[in-house]
Amino acid sequence: MQRKIDYFPYLMLVPALALVMTIVAWPLIETFRLSFTNASMRRTVDYVGFKNYIEIFEDDFAEVIVRTFVWMFFGVTIKLVMGTLGAVLLNAAVPGRSLFRVLVMPPWIVPIAIGVFMWSWMYNGQFGMISGLGQRLGLLDGPFEFLAYGSSAFIATIVTDVWIGTPLVALYLLAAMQSIPKELYEAAWTDGASRFYRFRRVTLPLIAPSIATMALLSAIWTFNSFEIIWILTEGGPRGSTTTMIIDTYKTGLARFRYGEGAARAVMILVFLSAFAALYVALLVRLTRRNGAQS
Amino acid sequence: MIDKYNWYEKLAIYAGMLVFLTFILAPFVEAFVVSLRPLDQVFRVPYRFITDDMSFSAYVTMWESVPRLGRYIFNSFFISCCVTLLALSCIIPAAYSFSRFSYKGRDGLLGTFLAINMVGSAVLIIPMYKLMLNLGLLNSYFAMVLPGAAFSVPTGIFLMRSYFLRIPKELEEAAHVDGASRIYTLWRVILPVALPGIMVVAITTFISAYAQQFLFALIFNSNSDLHPLPMGLYEFFGRQRIIWNELMAASLVGITPVLLVYIFLQRYIVAGLTAGAVKE
Repeated sequence: MQRKIDYFPYLMLVPALALVMTIVAWPLIETFRLSFTNASMRRTVDYVGFKNYIEIFEDDFAEVIVRTFVWMFFGVTIKLVMGTLGAVLLNAAVPGRSLFRVLVMPPWIVPIAIGVFMWSWMYNGQFGMISGLGQRLGLLDGPFEFLAYGSSAFIATIVTDVWIGTPLVALYLLAAMQSIPKELYEAAWTDGASRFYRFRRVTLPLIAPSIATMALLSAIWTFNSFEIIWILTEGGPRGSTTTMIIDTYKTGLARFRYGEGAARAVMILVFLSAFAALYVALLVRLTRRNGAQS
Repeated sequence: MIDKYNWYEKLAIYAGMLVFLTFILAPFVEAFVVSLRPLDQVFRVPYRFITDDMSFSAYVTMWESVPRLGRYIFNSFFISCCVTLLALSCIIPAAYSFSRFSYKGRDGLLGTFLAINMVGSAVLIIPMYKLMLNLGLLNSYFAMVLPGAAFSVPTGIFLMRSYFLRIPKELEEAAHVDGASRIYTLWRVILPVALPGIMVVAITTFISAYAQQFLFALIFNSNSDLHPLPMGLYEFFGRQRIIWNELMAASLVGITPVLLVYIFLQRYIVAGLTAGAVKE
Protein backbone atom coordinates (compact mmCIF):
# COMPACT_ATOMS: atom_id res chain seq x y z
CA MET A 1 0.00 0.00 0.00
CA GLN A 2 1.32 3.39 -0.90
CA ARG A 3 1.33 5.95 1.89
CA LYS A 4 0.30 9.47 1.18
CA ILE A 5 3.00 12.04 1.81
CA ASP A 6 2.22 14.03 4.93
CA TYR A 7 2.68 17.71 4.16
CA PHE A 8 1.93 18.97 7.64
CA PRO A 9 5.52 18.89 9.01
CA TYR A 10 6.79 20.62 5.85
CA LEU A 11 4.16 23.33 6.12
CA MET A 12 5.27 24.04 9.67
CA LEU A 13 8.76 24.80 8.36
CA VAL A 14 7.59 27.36 5.82
CA PRO A 15 7.81 30.57 7.91
CA ALA A 16 11.29 29.78 9.24
CA LEU A 17 12.57 28.67 5.85
CA ALA A 18 11.12 31.68 4.05
CA LEU A 19 12.72 34.12 6.46
CA VAL A 20 16.12 32.44 6.71
CA MET A 21 16.37 31.68 3.00
CA THR A 22 15.61 35.28 2.04
CA ILE A 23 17.71 37.08 4.60
CA VAL A 24 20.63 34.67 5.05
CA ALA A 25 20.81 32.02 2.34
CA TRP A 26 20.23 34.28 -0.65
CA PRO A 27 22.91 36.80 0.42
CA LEU A 28 25.19 33.85 1.03
CA ILE A 29 24.85 32.70 -2.57
CA GLU A 30 25.02 36.28 -3.82
CA THR A 31 28.33 36.70 -1.99
CA PHE A 32 29.84 33.88 -4.05
CA ARG A 33 28.53 35.41 -7.29
CA LEU A 34 29.72 38.91 -6.43
CA SER A 35 33.18 37.62 -5.57
CA PHE A 36 33.75 36.85 -9.26
CA THR A 37 32.72 40.32 -10.41
CA ASN A 38 34.17 43.80 -10.28
CA ALA A 39 30.99 45.22 -8.75
CA SER A 40 31.46 48.69 -7.30
CA MET A 41 29.72 52.06 -7.40
CA ARG A 42 29.86 51.96 -11.21
CA ARG A 43 26.80 50.86 -13.11
CA THR A 44 28.44 48.16 -15.19
CA VAL A 45 29.33 44.85 -13.62
CA ASP A 46 31.60 42.36 -15.35
CA TYR A 47 32.67 38.90 -14.40
CA VAL A 48 36.40 38.88 -13.80
CA GLY A 49 37.05 35.25 -12.90
CA PHE A 50 39.44 34.69 -10.02
CA LYS A 51 41.00 38.15 -10.27
CA ASN A 52 39.65 39.27 -6.89
CA TYR A 53 41.02 36.17 -5.19
CA ILE A 54 44.44 36.58 -6.76
CA GLU A 55 44.53 40.22 -5.76
CA ILE A 56 43.64 39.44 -2.15
CA PHE A 57 46.83 37.49 -1.73
CA GLU A 58 48.90 40.18 -3.36
CA ASP A 59 47.72 42.47 -0.57
CA ASP A 60 48.72 41.81 3.02
CA PHE A 61 45.87 39.36 3.40
CA ALA A 62 48.01 36.55 4.85
CA GLU A 63 48.96 38.95 7.60
CA VAL A 64 45.30 39.73 8.23
CA ILE A 65 44.49 36.02 8.54
CA VAL A 66 47.31 35.46 11.03
CA ARG A 67 46.24 38.51 13.01
CA THR A 68 42.63 37.30 13.09
CA PHE A 69 43.67 33.96 14.49
CA VAL A 70 46.01 35.47 17.08
CA TRP A 71 43.23 37.82 18.16
CA MET A 72 40.76 34.97 18.33
CA PHE A 73 43.16 32.65 20.13
CA PHE A 74 43.88 35.08 22.97
CA GLY A 75 40.27 36.22 23.22
CA VAL A 76 38.86 32.70 23.41
CA THR A 77 41.54 31.31 25.72
CA ILE A 78 41.20 34.12 28.24
CA LYS A 79 37.40 33.92 28.10
CA LEU A 80 37.50 30.18 28.79
CA VAL A 81 39.96 30.46 31.68
CA MET A 82 38.12 33.38 33.25
CA GLY A 83 34.77 31.80 32.51
CA THR A 84 35.76 28.56 34.25
CA LEU A 85 37.10 30.43 37.28
CA GLY A 86 33.97 32.57 37.28
CA ALA A 87 31.75 29.49 37.16
CA VAL A 88 33.62 27.98 40.15
CA LEU A 89 33.03 31.20 42.08
CA LEU A 90 29.39 31.38 40.99
CA ASN A 91 28.95 27.80 42.11
CA ALA A 92 30.47 28.31 45.57
CA ALA A 93 27.82 28.00 48.27
CA VAL A 94 28.59 31.17 50.20
CA PRO A 95 26.31 34.02 51.31
CA GLY A 96 26.00 36.72 48.64
CA ARG A 97 26.19 34.26 45.79
CA SER A 98 22.89 35.28 44.20
CA LEU A 99 23.91 38.94 44.19
CA PHE A 100 27.19 37.96 42.56
CA ARG A 101 25.28 36.06 39.88
CA VAL A 102 23.19 39.12 39.07
CA LEU A 103 26.15 41.50 38.97
CA VAL A 104 28.27 39.37 36.65
CA MET A 105 25.90 39.45 33.67
CA PRO A 106 25.54 43.13 32.61
CA PRO A 107 28.28 43.08 29.93
CA TRP A 108 26.22 40.46 28.11
CA ILE A 109 22.90 42.23 28.64
CA VAL A 110 23.71 45.77 27.56
CA PRO A 111 24.00 46.52 23.84
CA ILE A 112 27.51 45.60 22.73
CA ALA A 113 28.07 49.02 21.19
CA ILE A 114 27.28 50.80 24.46
CA GLY A 115 29.69 48.63 26.43
CA VAL A 116 32.32 49.51 23.84
CA PHE A 117 31.60 53.26 24.18
CA MET A 118 32.37 52.92 27.88
CA TRP A 119 35.61 51.10 27.18
CA SER A 120 36.74 53.69 24.68
CA TRP A 121 36.59 56.23 27.50
CA MET A 122 38.47 53.85 29.82
CA TYR A 123 41.30 53.65 27.28
CA ASN A 124 41.58 57.42 26.87
CA GLY A 125 45.14 58.40 27.71
CA GLN A 126 44.63 61.86 29.19
CA PHE A 127 41.52 61.34 31.20
CA GLY A 128 40.68 57.63 31.23
CA MET A 129 40.58 55.44 34.30
CA ILE A 130 43.24 52.91 33.28
CA SER A 131 45.86 55.46 32.30
CA GLY A 132 44.96 57.55 35.34
CA LEU A 133 45.25 54.72 37.84
CA GLY A 134 48.38 53.47 36.10
CA GLN A 135 50.03 56.83 36.63
CA ARG A 136 48.92 57.05 40.24
CA LEU A 137 50.30 53.63 41.00
CA GLY A 138 53.53 54.50 39.21
CA LEU A 139 53.05 51.90 36.48
CA LEU A 140 52.99 54.54 33.75
CA ASP A 141 55.32 57.55 33.44
CA GLY A 142 52.71 59.76 31.84
CA PRO A 143 49.41 59.68 29.96
CA PHE A 144 49.21 56.62 27.74
CA GLU A 145 46.83 56.54 24.80
CA PHE A 146 46.01 52.83 24.62
CA LEU A 147 44.30 52.94 21.25
CA ALA A 148 47.04 54.95 19.52
CA TYR A 149 49.72 52.27 19.35
CA GLY A 150 49.47 49.01 17.45
CA SER A 151 50.23 46.53 20.19
CA SER A 152 48.36 48.26 23.00
CA ALA A 153 45.33 48.76 20.75
CA PHE A 154 45.44 45.06 19.87
CA ILE A 155 45.49 44.13 23.56
CA ALA A 156 42.80 46.69 24.38
CA THR A 157 40.39 45.23 21.82
CA ILE A 158 41.01 41.75 23.26
CA VAL A 159 40.32 42.97 26.80
CA THR A 160 37.00 44.48 25.71
CA ASP A 161 36.09 41.31 23.83
CA VAL A 162 36.88 39.26 26.96
CA TRP A 163 34.75 41.62 29.04
CA ILE A 164 31.76 41.11 26.76
CA GLY A 165 32.20 37.36 26.28
CA THR A 166 33.20 36.08 29.71
CA PRO A 167 29.82 36.34 31.51
CA LEU A 168 28.11 34.02 29.06
CA VAL A 169 30.93 31.45 29.24
CA ALA A 170 30.80 31.57 33.04
CA LEU A 171 27.04 31.13 33.15
CA TYR A 172 27.08 28.32 30.63
CA LEU A 173 29.77 26.43 32.54
CA LEU A 174 27.94 27.10 35.80
CA ALA A 175 24.91 25.38 34.28
CA ALA A 176 27.13 22.44 33.32
CA MET A 177 28.57 22.23 36.85
CA GLN A 178 25.13 22.25 38.42
CA SER A 179 24.05 19.29 36.34
CA ILE A 180 26.74 17.12 37.95
CA PRO A 181 25.08 14.72 40.41
CA LYS A 182 25.84 15.65 44.02
CA GLU A 183 26.45 11.98 44.90
CA LEU A 184 29.72 12.05 42.97
CA TYR A 185 31.07 14.83 45.16
CA GLU A 186 29.80 13.14 48.30
CA ALA A 187 31.47 9.88 47.34
CA ALA A 188 34.78 11.65 46.70
CA TRP A 189 34.36 13.60 49.93
CA THR A 190 33.78 10.44 51.96
CA ASP A 191 36.99 9.05 50.49
CA GLY A 192 38.76 12.10 51.91
CA ALA A 193 39.41 13.88 48.61
CA SER A 194 40.37 17.54 49.01
CA ARG A 195 38.33 20.27 47.39
CA PHE A 196 40.96 20.86 44.72
CA TYR A 197 41.24 17.14 44.03
CA ARG A 198 37.46 16.92 43.67
CA PHE A 199 37.53 19.82 41.22
CA ARG A 200 40.27 18.22 39.16
CA ARG A 201 38.94 14.68 39.19
CA VAL A 202 35.17 15.17 39.29
CA THR A 203 34.23 18.63 38.04
CA LEU A 204 36.73 19.15 35.24
CA PRO A 205 36.26 15.82 33.44
CA LEU A 206 32.48 16.14 33.64
CA ILE A 207 32.33 19.68 32.31
CA ALA A 208 34.99 19.02 29.66
CA PRO A 209 32.38 18.48 26.91
CA SER A 210 30.75 21.79 27.83
CA ILE A 211 34.12 23.53 27.79
CA ALA A 212 34.82 22.08 24.34
CA THR A 213 31.42 23.15 23.03
CA MET A 214 31.83 26.61 24.48
CA ALA A 215 35.38 26.89 23.07
CA LEU A 216 34.11 26.27 19.56
CA LEU A 217 31.05 28.50 19.83
CA SER A 218 33.13 31.22 21.39
CA ALA A 219 35.72 30.88 18.62
CA ILE A 220 33.00 31.32 16.01
CA TRP A 221 31.51 34.36 17.75
CA THR A 222 34.92 35.92 18.26
CA PHE A 223 35.82 35.28 14.65
CA ASN A 224 32.62 37.04 13.54
CA SER A 225 33.07 39.93 15.94
CA PHE A 226 32.73 43.33 14.30
CA GLU A 227 31.43 46.05 16.61
CA ILE A 228 34.14 45.94 19.24
CA ILE A 229 37.06 46.64 16.93
CA TRP A 230 35.12 48.91 14.61
CA ILE A 231 33.98 51.27 17.36
CA LEU A 232 37.28 51.26 19.26
CA THR A 233 39.82 51.56 16.45
CA GLU A 234 38.16 51.04 13.03
CA GLY A 235 40.91 48.48 12.47
CA GLY A 236 43.76 50.93 13.13
CA PRO A 237 46.22 52.26 14.02
CA ARG A 238 47.77 51.46 10.64
CA GLY A 239 45.83 48.24 10.29
CA SER A 240 47.12 46.69 13.52
CA THR A 241 43.65 45.61 14.66
CA THR A 242 42.26 44.77 11.21
CA THR A 243 40.78 41.29 11.41
CA MET A 244 39.22 39.51 8.44
CA ILE A 245 35.76 40.85 9.24
CA ILE A 246 37.01 44.42 9.57
CA ASP A 247 39.05 44.05 6.37
CA THR A 248 36.00 42.80 4.48
CA TYR A 249 33.87 45.63 5.78
CA LYS A 250 36.48 48.25 4.94
CA THR A 251 36.97 46.95 1.41
CA GLY A 252 33.35 46.26 0.62
CA LEU A 253 31.43 49.02 2.33
CA ALA A 254 33.86 51.77 3.28
CA ARG A 255 35.63 51.73 -0.10
CA PHE A 256 32.64 50.45 -2.10
CA ARG A 257 34.57 47.63 -3.76
CA TYR A 258 31.76 45.11 -3.49
CA GLY A 259 33.44 42.46 -5.62
CA GLU A 260 36.71 42.48 -3.71
CA GLY A 261 34.82 42.63 -0.43
CA ALA A 262 32.76 39.61 -1.45
CA ALA A 263 35.92 37.64 -2.26
CA ARG A 264 37.16 38.38 1.25
CA ALA A 265 33.79 37.34 2.67
CA VAL A 266 34.08 34.03 0.83
CA MET A 267 37.46 33.45 2.50
CA ILE A 268 35.75 34.03 5.87
CA LEU A 269 33.04 31.55 4.92
CA VAL A 270 35.71 28.97 4.11
CA PHE A 271 37.11 29.28 7.64
CA LEU A 272 33.63 29.31 9.14
CA SER A 273 32.69 26.08 7.39
CA ALA A 274 35.80 24.49 8.88
CA PHE A 275 34.56 25.58 12.33
CA ALA A 276 31.09 24.35 11.51
CA ALA A 277 32.47 20.94 10.51
CA LEU A 278 34.41 20.74 13.78
CA TYR A 279 31.33 21.73 15.73
CA VAL A 280 29.13 19.12 14.10
CA ALA A 281 31.82 16.45 14.60
CA LEU A 282 32.01 17.40 18.27
CA LEU A 283 28.23 17.26 18.69
CA VAL A 284 28.05 13.85 17.03
CA ARG A 285 30.81 12.52 19.27
CA LEU A 286 29.23 13.88 22.42
CA THR A 287 25.81 12.50 21.52
CA ARG A 288 27.31 9.11 20.81
CA ARG A 289 29.22 9.06 24.07
CA ASN A 290 26.16 10.03 26.05
CA GLY A 291 24.24 7.31 24.27
CA ALA A 292 26.88 4.73 25.16
CA GLN A 293 26.77 5.71 28.81
CA SER A 294 23.06 5.39 29.31
CA MET B 1 30.03 19.09 55.91
CA ILE B 2 30.86 19.03 52.24
CA ASP B 3 29.78 22.58 51.55
CA LYS B 4 31.53 24.04 54.56
CA TYR B 5 34.46 26.30 53.75
CA ASN B 6 37.49 27.14 55.89
CA TRP B 7 38.15 30.77 56.61
CA TYR B 8 40.92 30.89 54.04
CA GLU B 9 38.76 29.23 51.42
CA LYS B 10 36.04 31.79 52.09
CA LEU B 11 38.62 34.55 51.85
CA ALA B 12 39.82 33.21 48.50
CA ILE B 13 36.26 32.97 47.17
CA TYR B 14 35.34 36.50 48.18
CA ALA B 15 38.67 37.86 46.93
CA GLY B 16 38.05 36.11 43.61
CA MET B 17 34.54 37.56 43.39
CA LEU B 18 35.90 41.01 44.15
CA VAL B 19 38.50 40.82 41.38
CA PHE B 20 35.93 39.47 38.95
CA LEU B 21 33.36 42.13 39.75
CA THR B 22 35.97 44.89 39.59
CA PHE B 23 36.71 43.92 36.00
CA ILE B 24 33.04 43.51 35.08
CA LEU B 25 31.74 46.65 36.75
CA ALA B 26 34.67 49.06 36.25
CA PRO B 27 33.35 50.50 32.94
CA PHE B 28 29.92 51.10 34.50
CA VAL B 29 31.41 52.77 37.56
CA GLU B 30 33.68 54.90 35.41
CA ALA B 31 30.78 55.85 33.14
CA PHE B 32 28.76 56.85 36.19
CA VAL B 33 31.59 58.93 37.64
CA VAL B 34 32.16 60.68 34.31
CA SER B 35 28.44 61.39 33.97
CA LEU B 36 28.52 63.23 37.30
CA ARG B 37 31.30 65.64 36.35
CA PRO B 38 30.94 69.01 34.67
CA LEU B 39 32.40 68.76 31.16
CA ASP B 40 35.43 70.97 31.84
CA GLN B 41 36.23 68.79 34.84
CA VAL B 42 35.92 65.58 32.83
CA PHE B 43 39.10 66.56 31.01
CA ARG B 44 41.24 67.00 34.05
CA VAL B 45 44.81 65.99 34.66
CA PRO B 46 45.88 64.31 36.89
CA TYR B 47 43.16 61.69 37.06
CA ARG B 48 40.91 61.82 40.11
CA PHE B 49 38.22 59.34 40.92
CA ILE B 50 36.07 61.48 43.20
CA THR B 51 35.92 65.23 43.10
CA ASP B 52 33.79 67.71 45.00
CA ASP B 53 32.04 69.33 42.04
CA MET B 54 29.99 66.33 41.04
CA SER B 55 26.34 66.80 40.14
CA PHE B 56 23.55 65.21 38.19
CA SER B 57 23.31 68.13 35.78
CA ALA B 58 24.36 66.03 32.77
CA TYR B 59 21.22 63.96 33.31
CA VAL B 60 19.18 67.12 32.79
CA THR B 61 21.12 68.67 29.92
CA MET B 62 21.42 65.43 27.94
CA TRP B 63 17.75 65.65 26.97
CA GLU B 64 18.61 68.83 25.06
CA SER B 65 21.85 67.53 23.51
CA VAL B 66 20.27 64.20 22.58
CA PRO B 67 16.71 65.30 21.91
CA ARG B 68 15.72 61.88 20.59
CA LEU B 69 17.04 59.85 23.53
CA GLY B 70 13.57 58.72 24.58
CA ARG B 71 12.83 57.82 21.00
CA TYR B 72 16.05 55.76 20.76
CA ILE B 73 15.17 53.83 23.89
CA PHE B 74 11.69 53.20 22.53
CA ASN B 75 13.09 52.14 19.13
CA SER B 76 15.48 49.69 20.76
CA PHE B 77 12.64 48.06 22.66
CA PHE B 78 10.26 48.19 19.74
CA ILE B 79 12.75 46.59 17.33
CA SER B 80 13.67 43.87 19.83
CA CYS B 81 10.01 43.11 20.55
CA CYS B 82 9.22 42.83 16.83
CA VAL B 83 12.28 40.62 16.31
CA THR B 84 11.14 38.39 19.16
CA LEU B 85 7.55 38.08 17.89
CA LEU B 86 8.58 37.42 14.31
CA ALA B 87 11.27 34.96 15.37
CA LEU B 88 8.88 33.08 17.67
CA SER B 89 6.28 32.71 14.94
CA CYS B 90 8.97 31.05 12.81
CA ILE B 91 10.65 29.10 15.61
CA ILE B 92 7.68 27.43 17.27
CA PRO B 93 6.18 25.64 14.24
CA ALA B 94 9.61 24.73 12.87
CA ALA B 95 10.83 23.35 16.17
CA TYR B 96 7.58 21.42 16.57
CA SER B 97 8.01 19.93 13.13
CA PHE B 98 11.63 18.98 13.80
CA SER B 99 10.89 17.42 17.17
CA ARG B 100 7.66 15.54 16.49
CA PHE B 101 7.72 14.20 12.95
CA SER B 102 10.13 12.12 10.99
CA TYR B 103 10.21 12.82 7.31
CA LYS B 104 12.51 12.95 4.34
CA GLY B 105 15.15 15.66 4.51
CA ARG B 106 14.50 16.53 8.15
CA ASP B 107 18.03 16.03 9.45
CA GLY B 108 19.50 17.77 6.43
CA LEU B 109 17.31 20.81 7.01
CA LEU B 110 18.14 20.86 10.70
CA GLY B 111 21.82 20.69 9.81
CA THR B 112 21.38 23.58 7.38
CA PHE B 113 19.95 25.73 10.15
CA LEU B 114 22.85 24.75 12.38
CA ALA B 115 25.36 25.70 9.69
CA ILE B 116 23.66 29.04 9.00
CA ASN B 117 23.94 29.76 12.69
CA MET B 118 27.72 29.97 12.28
CA VAL B 119 27.62 32.81 9.78
CA GLY B 120 27.88 36.21 11.38
CA SER B 121 25.79 39.05 10.05
CA ALA B 122 28.84 41.23 9.27
CA VAL B 123 30.06 38.75 6.62
CA LEU B 124 26.89 39.00 4.57
CA ILE B 125 26.31 42.69 4.97
CA ILE B 126 27.05 43.68 1.33
CA PRO B 127 24.45 41.45 -0.37
CA MET B 128 22.06 42.05 2.52
CA TYR B 129 22.30 45.75 1.79
CA LYS B 130 21.48 45.06 -1.86
CA LEU B 131 18.56 42.90 -0.78
CA MET B 132 17.14 45.59 1.47
CA LEU B 133 17.63 48.12 -1.32
CA ASN B 134 15.79 45.95 -3.84
CA LEU B 135 12.95 45.22 -1.43
CA GLY B 136 12.69 48.94 -0.75
CA LEU B 137 13.12 48.39 2.97
CA LEU B 138 16.11 50.65 3.65
CA ASN B 139 15.46 53.28 6.31
CA SER B 140 12.53 51.46 7.82
CA TYR B 141 12.03 49.35 10.94
CA PHE B 142 11.76 46.30 8.68
CA ALA B 143 15.40 46.64 7.65
CA MET B 144 16.41 46.13 11.26
CA VAL B 145 13.73 43.67 12.34
CA LEU B 146 13.95 41.14 9.48
CA PRO B 147 17.72 40.45 9.70
CA GLY B 148 17.59 40.47 13.50
CA ALA B 149 14.90 37.80 13.44
CA ALA B 150 16.49 35.75 10.66
CA PHE B 151 19.77 35.45 12.54
CA SER B 152 18.08 34.40 15.77
CA VAL B 153 15.78 31.78 14.23
CA PRO B 154 18.34 28.91 14.00
CA THR B 155 19.42 29.11 17.66
CA GLY B 156 15.82 29.48 18.71
CA ILE B 157 14.83 26.35 16.79
CA PHE B 158 17.47 24.31 18.58
CA LEU B 159 16.49 25.59 21.98
CA MET B 160 12.75 25.17 21.39
CA ARG B 161 13.23 21.73 19.89
CA SER B 162 14.98 20.52 23.02
CA TYR B 163 11.90 21.63 25.02
CA PHE B 164 9.44 19.94 22.71
CA LEU B 165 11.45 16.72 22.87
CA ARG B 166 10.91 16.62 26.63
CA ILE B 167 7.13 16.76 26.32
CA PRO B 168 5.72 13.21 26.35
CA LYS B 169 4.22 12.02 23.08
CA GLU B 170 1.23 10.53 24.90
CA LEU B 171 -0.17 14.04 25.24
CA GLU B 172 -0.68 14.36 21.50
CA GLU B 173 -1.82 10.80 21.10
CA ALA B 174 -4.55 11.40 23.65
CA ALA B 175 -5.64 14.56 21.81
CA HIS B 176 -5.56 12.68 18.54
CA VAL B 177 -7.78 9.93 19.91
CA ASP B 178 -10.21 12.61 21.01
CA GLY B 179 -10.36 13.75 17.39
CA ALA B 180 -8.49 17.04 17.74
CA SER B 181 -6.84 18.45 14.63
CA ARG B 182 -3.08 18.78 14.65
CA ILE B 183 -3.11 22.56 14.62
CA TYR B 184 -5.56 22.52 17.51
CA THR B 185 -3.36 20.03 19.36
CA LEU B 186 -0.30 22.24 18.95
CA TRP B 187 -2.19 25.37 19.93
CA ARG B 188 -4.25 24.06 22.83
CA VAL B 189 -2.31 21.08 24.16
CA ILE B 190 1.38 21.48 23.41
CA LEU B 191 1.91 25.24 23.63
CA PRO B 192 0.48 25.63 27.15
CA VAL B 193 2.74 22.84 28.37
CA ALA B 194 5.75 24.33 26.55
CA LEU B 195 5.10 27.83 27.86
CA PRO B 196 8.14 27.96 30.19
CA GLY B 197 10.32 26.92 27.25
CA ILE B 198 8.74 29.55 25.03
CA MET B 199 9.43 32.17 27.70
CA VAL B 200 13.09 31.16 27.75
CA VAL B 201 13.39 31.34 23.96
CA ALA B 202 11.57 34.67 23.88
CA ILE B 203 13.80 36.22 26.52
CA THR B 204 17.09 35.01 25.07
CA THR B 205 15.99 36.14 21.60
CA PHE B 206 14.99 39.51 22.99
CA ILE B 207 18.29 40.02 24.77
CA SER B 208 20.45 39.03 21.84
CA ALA B 209 18.36 41.18 19.50
CA TYR B 210 18.72 44.06 21.91
CA ALA B 211 22.48 43.62 22.21
CA GLN B 212 23.14 43.36 18.49
CA GLN B 213 21.15 46.13 16.83
CA PHE B 214 24.13 48.26 15.98
CA LEU B 215 25.34 46.83 12.68
CA PHE B 216 21.95 46.62 10.94
CA ALA B 217 21.11 50.15 12.00
CA LEU B 218 24.52 51.40 10.89
CA ILE B 219 24.18 49.99 7.39
CA PHE B 220 20.44 49.83 6.66
CA ASN B 221 19.09 52.90 8.35
CA SER B 222 19.96 56.56 8.03
CA ASN B 223 16.72 57.93 9.42
CA SER B 224 17.59 59.25 12.88
CA ASP B 225 14.01 58.88 14.05
CA LEU B 226 14.24 55.11 13.69
CA HIS B 227 17.66 54.57 15.22
CA PRO B 228 17.95 52.16 18.12
CA LEU B 229 19.83 53.37 21.18
CA PRO B 230 23.39 52.21 20.30
CA MET B 231 23.24 53.78 16.84
CA GLY B 232 21.65 56.97 18.12
CA LEU B 233 24.45 57.38 20.61
CA TYR B 234 27.09 56.41 18.06
CA GLU B 235 26.24 59.48 15.96
CA PHE B 236 26.82 61.55 19.05
CA PHE B 237 30.04 59.66 19.66
CA GLY B 238 31.37 60.34 16.17
CA ARG B 239 31.32 64.12 16.57
CA GLN B 240 34.47 66.22 16.71
CA ARG B 241 33.98 67.21 20.28
CA ILE B 242 32.41 64.45 22.29
CA ILE B 243 30.31 65.59 25.25
CA TRP B 244 31.47 62.69 27.36
CA ASN B 245 29.54 63.36 30.52
CA GLU B 246 26.23 63.54 28.68
CA LEU B 247 27.07 60.58 26.46
CA MET B 248 27.77 58.46 29.53
CA ALA B 249 24.64 59.71 31.29
CA ALA B 250 22.57 58.90 28.20
CA SER B 251 24.15 55.44 27.93
CA LEU B 252 23.37 54.64 31.55
CA VAL B 253 19.79 55.89 31.34
CA GLY B 254 19.39 54.05 28.05
CA ILE B 255 20.45 50.67 29.42
CA THR B 256 18.46 50.91 32.65
CA PRO B 257 15.23 49.47 31.19
CA VAL B 258 16.92 46.35 29.83
CA LEU B 259 18.83 45.84 33.07
CA LEU B 260 15.53 45.95 34.96
CA VAL B 261 14.01 43.45 32.55
CA TYR B 262 17.04 41.25 33.11
CA ILE B 263 16.87 41.41 36.89
CA PHE B 264 13.20 40.39 36.89
CA LEU B 265 13.60 37.60 34.36
CA GLN B 266 17.07 36.29 35.11
CA ARG B 267 15.96 32.85 36.27
CA TYR B 268 14.54 32.19 32.79
CA ILE B 269 17.86 33.19 31.25
CA VAL B 270 19.80 30.78 33.42
CA ALA B 271 17.26 28.09 32.54
CA GLY B 272 17.74 28.84 28.84
CA LEU B 273 21.45 28.29 29.11
CA THR B 274 21.00 25.08 31.05
CA ALA B 275 18.95 23.72 28.18
CA GLY B 276 22.12 23.57 26.18
CA ALA B 277 21.69 26.04 23.38
CA VAL B 278 23.21 29.46 23.65
CA LYS B 279 23.60 32.57 21.62
CA GLU B 280 25.98 35.41 22.16
